[in-house]
Amino acid sequence: MPLTREQLAQRAARELRDGFIVNLGIGIPTLVANYIPAGMEVWLQSENGLLGMGPFPREPEIDPDLINAGKQTVTALPGASFFSSPTSFAMIRGGHIDLCILGAMEISQHGDIANWMIPGKLVKGMGGAMDLVAGVERVVVVMEHCNKKGESKVLPECTLPLTGRRCVDLLITDLCTMEMDHSKGMFRLVELAPGVTAEDVKARTRAEYLADRVPMAMSV
Amino acid sequence: MLQKLFKTPADAIAAARVKGIVKDNISVMVGGFGLCGIPEGLILALRDSGVKGLTCISNNAGVDDWGLGLLLKTRQIRKMVSSYVGENAEFERQYLAGELEVEFNPQGTLAERIRAGGAGIPGFFTATGVGTIVAEKKPVQKMAFKGREREYVMETGLWADLALVKAWRADSFGNLQYRKTARNFNPEMATAATFVIAEVEAVVEKGVIDPDQVHTPGNYIDAIVVTKPEKRIEQRTVRSA
Repeated sequence: MPLTREQLAQRAARELRDGFIVNLGIGIPTLVANYIPAGMEVWLQSENGLLGMGPFPREPEIDPDLINAGKQTVTALPGASFFSSPTSFAMIRGGHIDLCILGAMEISQHGDIANWMIPGKLVKGMGGAMDLVAGVERVVVVMEHCNKKGESKVLPECTLPLTGRRCVDLLITDLCTMEMDHSKGMFRLVELAPGVTAEDVKARTRAEYLADRVPMAMSV
Repeated sequence: MLQKLFKTPADAIAAARVKGIVKDNISVMVGGFGLCGIPEGLILALRDSGVKGLTCISNNAGVDDWGLGLLLKTRQIRKMVSSYVGENAEFERQYLAGELEVEFNPQGTLAERIRAGGAGIPGFFTATGVGTIVAEKKPVQKMAFKGREREYVMETGLWADLALVKAWRADSFGNLQYRKTARNFNPEMATAATFVIAEVEAVVEKGVIDPDQVHTPGNYIDAIVVTKPEKRIEQRTVRSA
């Protein structure tokens, strides 16, 4: 059984470590905030200029001057800080963020990521995605393994314009987890979703990947 | 003493026009992220000034009936330099019709180009965008840095004729304080234009703002105007209980 969106977020949350500074993208990655393990201190960074992002406000707490990178009203936790967008991106590009979790349209077997434009369709812009994949220490991608037509989104080469080249460290899909082996420049199949076999992954993946270890069962 | 305080946004724009700053085909930096921390009154006054052919440097392009969307509707903008413009149907129409030129910059590259421009830095190297269409036709160079060799792309500093910024409050010299995430691009834009107008919610006497708490030193600011902003919210999200 492929993972649900909530289960994907739960699996991605297992990449969090105590004290981490983390940037979460829009979509499934945003849900990861709901699964921060109890007792673990994780600081969420919002690239418009906030470190220490809290949950959505209660109605009386709404402040139009306090929003996240998705332009949603949010709160700031005790210990939070506000800073300008240039300072925020210096934080991202300077390697001061431990982990970012992003969605993607395509991933190549070399760890390239495409998630910002489809030729022929209206281009809305890349926002901060290119900065995050280029600057953050560890880049985790969470996505559905196949598109709506059932075609593999994990490809030998991306067909869409890239957001970043050779930058993805871990790929979590609804079928499996693949970890980049940086010495070989290829992903390795390391985990299978409950009820998914290595043959299922093989059949639904166009990319080449390393399958030289017995994959573990993904715990969600 | 230099009088920086103006009664209305229109007066401040008029003062910039007298100095030869506000005219057709100029470049304008406009602060804000989405509709948060935008100089609402100054955008309206710039619209009413009737200048056209503008190059607007702003992270986003407002929505159809607010922020820079107002200047798109009146066709006063020729080109946008932005990182993301998803929330504006009129923008979409003009862009697809080829009536509006758009230069997409990664958000951090846009931010750093503004910061660099204000700091007198004409160009810098960054890893962002290497291997993507953003780096096409730009110098790319391998450099060793922090114990690792990788490719970097050269980006240029930005400078504009006019910057319109929004702060929480100012003193009469122009020292500014921002509030929460309404800060966004405003402080650096205030450093990167020939003429800078700050729209604020209050002006206080000099000395009221603790020098340790000044976000933008007053020398950057040429004109100040007080307004009561609407502060529209794009995504009103709440939790129950």
